[in-house]
Amino acid sequence: MGGREATMVLLDENGIRCDGRKVDEPRRIMIRAGGLKNADGSAYIEFGDNKILVGVFGPRDVHPKHMANTDTGILRVRYHMEPFSVGERKNPAPSRREIEISKVIKEALEPAVMLDKFPRTAVDVFIEVLQADGGTRCAALTAASVALADAGIPMRDMVAAIAAGKVADTVILDVNNEEDQAGQADMPMGYMPNIGKITLLQLDGVLTPEEYKKCIEVGIDGCKKVYELQKQALNDKYFGNRD
Amino acid sequence: MDNKRKYVIPGDVITTGPFRPEQNVVLDGNKIISTTVGITEIYDDSVRVIPLTGKYLPKINDLVIGKVVSHTSLSWELDINSCYVGFLPAQDVFGRDFSAHADELSSKLKTGDLVAARIANFDRTRDPLITIADRDLGKIDSGDLMKIAPSKVPRLIGKRGSMIQMIEEATNAMITIGQNGWVVVTSDNHEGLLKAKKAIQMVDEKAHIANLTDQVKEMLESRSES
Repeated sequence: MGGREATMVLLDENGIRCDGRKVDEPRRIMIRAGGLKNADGSAYIEFGDNKILVGVFGPRDVHPKHMANTDTGILRVRYHMEPFSVGERKNPAPSRREIEISKVIKEALEPAVMLDKFPRTAVDVFIEVLQADGGTRCAALTAASVALADAGIPMRDMVAAIAAGKVADTVILDVNNEEDQAGQADMPMGYMPNIGKITLLQLDGVLTPEEYKKCIEVGIDGCKKVYELQKQALNDKYFGNRD
Repeated sequence: MDNKRKYVIPGDVITTGPFRPEQNVVLDGNKIISTTVGITEIYDDSVRVIPLTGKYLPKINDLVIGKVVSHTSLSWELDINSCYVGFLPAQDVFGRDFSAHADELSSKLKTGDLVAARIANFDRTRDPLITIADRDLGKIDSGDLMKIAPSKVPRLIGKRGSMIQMIEEATNAMITIGQNGWVVVTSDNHEGLLKAKKAIQMVDEKAHIANLTDQVKEMLESRSES
């Protein structure tokens, strides 16, 4: 953020980052669809050291009743971090940051889901961050989209997400916690790979117009990689990996 | 006709060209895109996706199995395993001369009772209206309730009822399938009941497998020998 002087080497002369990755290499990603018996749909993602569990309910009755929309179903998202998900105990009450992330994830999923067939209902997405290591909103969005597909909510497309960013004046893919703290920019992106539309775009830091374009390109490529894994997670659950 | 079936997830392009989009697909330009996890079916001029997951959405004339959750002095409310509650008016059970003062609803159907019913009316503005005024409908007195995914009901019935007939014949059980994924199995003989339940569970778990009918048959026969 804002080019704070880094004590650690974020990018060495060989183009290797602080955790040994190349500039355009994402962290290890593992996605599993299903797993929660009582939820209508669920997914679990490990995105580097992030561990996130998502449960989806619905379509179901809306409570409180006044939130219901007679024209369409509504989507509700709760992003929540466990007290043990970070180094120092986090107060479990929803913080300003969690409320914001809930909102942006909801808005990133809304272009994909089609709830017009389910008026007067709600689809609830519960995101629990079990372990956080930078880039949780992207990992959460990726998993939420798999969980929605698992619940059978009609969707125009999946939403895959990953962050691009800038450290040591170089554009990188998949910003981890250290790079987020000490780097120059962090740009989380959500992308619908088949339709080719961006549903989430935030930027923390400063980029030149050229760097911004580069970040978008790198980010879209990353999202496509994430999408392949989402696809595989669903294939594994529903088709026993035969395609 | 049944041009190669394909496994799809939301966003997958099924085909391009002059096809009519049917269930679970959307048309985007000239591309036909799946909106759910399922198996594609392409007919002469139409494309649809058979879903493998998802909740039951009521359709008029569907046979469903419901569970009474509550009643007012004029109607019952039924859980039909959907996002909406089923609405069963008292006239339907007591007949035209129903009177809210004289008749007590709980004398006919109590909370927790299972009912075989038909969706009489449903649109986006109202909860589904349910009727039991027909042959074979009404309160279910005995049997075991099983819950399967509503999306797998067509598979359990099979082509022209082939799968369900086979299970019924092999086990001597009576099986009532609700389109909402609730199934009631009744049988006089305990072994047949267990076997029928096992077969239904097998269909639920392996719905996507191509030669499922043979596998179920094998299972039913192998047990009958032992």
